[in-house]
Order: sequence, then C-alpha cells, then structure tokens
Amino acid sequence: MNVIEIVKVIIGICIALGALLTVVTAVGLIRLPDVYTRTHAASKAATLGVMFVLAGTFLYFYLLEGHMNSRLILGIVFIFMTSPVAGHLIARAAYNTNVKLWENSVQDDLAAVKKERAGE
Amino acid sequence: MAFQILLNVFLALVWMFLKVSNEPIDFLVGYFFGLLLVFTFRRFFPSRFYLLRVVAVINLIAIFIKELLLSNIAVLKVIIKPKLDIQPGIFALPTELKKDWEITLLSNLITLTPGTLVVDISDDNQTLYIHAMDASDAEAAISSIKNTFEKAIMEVSR
Repeated sequence: MNVIEIVKVIIGICIALGALLTVVTAVGLIRLPDVYTRTHAASKAATLGVMFVLAGTFLYFYLLEGHMNSRLILGIVFIFMTSPVAGHLIARAAYNTNVKLWENSVQDDLAAVKKERAGE
Repeated sequence: MAFQILLNVFLALVWMFLKVSNEPIDFLVGYFFGLLLVFTFRRFFPSRFYLLRVVAVINLIAIFIKELLLSNIAVLKVIIKPKLDIQPGIFALPTELKKDWEITLLSNLITLTPGTLVVDISDDNQTLYIHAMDASDAEAAISSIKNTFEKAIMEVSR
C-alpha cells in the first residue's frame, strides 16, 4: 500500500465523517423538542460536518492533483465566523418573541431579566 | 505590539541590505535575527514581547478545536440515543472580560461549541445568558467555560 492509497483512505474518512455528521444533524432537527435545542443541532454539528467535507476536498486537490485551492480554507473560516452569529440571532429572536422553552427544561435565569426589562 | 512587529520587519530589511540580496529566504533569516534582537531588548518596550501573544492565540485555537470535537461527540450521543433524557435550560455566566471584542469572541466560541448557545447578554455586559443542552449541572458548566475559554482569552489580551 503506497502513500497515495493511504491519502485516499484518509480523504474518504474525512468526507464520510462529514456526511455522517450532517445526517445526524438532520435527525436532531426532527427529534429534538424545541427551537433552542434544535438550534444546537442545526448550527453546530453542521459546522463540523461542512468543515470535514471541505477539508477532505482540500486535501484531495492538494495531495492528489497538486493544486492548492485556498478558497476551500476561506470557506471553512467564513462558516466559523457566520454560524455562531446566526445561531445566536435565531435563539435571541425566539426568546424575545416569547417562544416557550421545552417543558422539561430545568432552569431559566433569563426570565427574571426579561420581566424586569418589560417593566421599564 | 504593532511597533515591535514593524521594527522586526525593518530589521529583516536591514539584514537583506547587508547581504545585498533580494531572496525571500534572506528575509526570513533576517526576521529570525531581528526576533532575537527584539527579544533581547524586550524590557525597553512598553508592551510585552509580542511572540508571547502569538503563542497565546495558538493556544486558544488549540483549546477551541479540542472543545469543538469533544462537545460534538457529546451532542451526537444525545441525538442518536433512543431515549430523549436531556435537561436543557438557560443559566447565567458572569464574565470578567471587559472589552467589547473579548466578550464578542467569548460568546462566539461558546456558541460554536455544540451544547451551549448564547441567547442574550445583560445590559451592563457582565452576564452572558447561555442555553445549554445539559443544564443539570450549571456550576460545572460555568467553571469549565471560565477555566478554558475565558482564561485563554485573558491570556491573549493581557
């Protein structure tokens, strides 16, 4: 087994892992009970999934075709910059429009603050 | 910090002029010797030696990648577990960070880590409200964030 084959196996694992994470994200979107826990699944596992797929693609073109595509790296960086902002804004908008937490939630420190703000 | 880097680049250029060379490798060699000079005279700069900050940034990135992988596995387990026995909730995290960019960085890192999500921030910028997938032990979650991310960010901005 020469080096090229080993590289191919590593790239395959990267992309399969990315696809697997994306599938689990989709399952989580359906299974989890409320908008906040769904945001966890959607904005996070997808981040790592996309990252693995892009990294696998980058390695493929760099190691097998000898062509370094820096845009794939930029893609990873931009996903890491934008996805937390999106997740935060969705959750914040949901909370401010009185979307209820799941009934089994154990604590809510924000409720008191919100009441205080509304009272002003 | 910016002054030290500028000085270092300048020293590298001086090295290139001394060697009568325009090769990139001589720039790197000059940069290395300039780094030694800046390190030798570090007491005379108003801010600390800038390489320490670079090391702190690399350290922060390493901590972040480790947390990202660990908590991704944790969320993965929760999702594919047949029985849904999570205890989500919102807890308050008091933060010692002062500057706006530090707080932004902290909340971005917290939100990027699966299982925790910043929902809101108090008006005086001292408390982050975090929605967690598993809020049964809020104290442990608070201390773990404080010991990893907050400490590393403080090390960068010191």
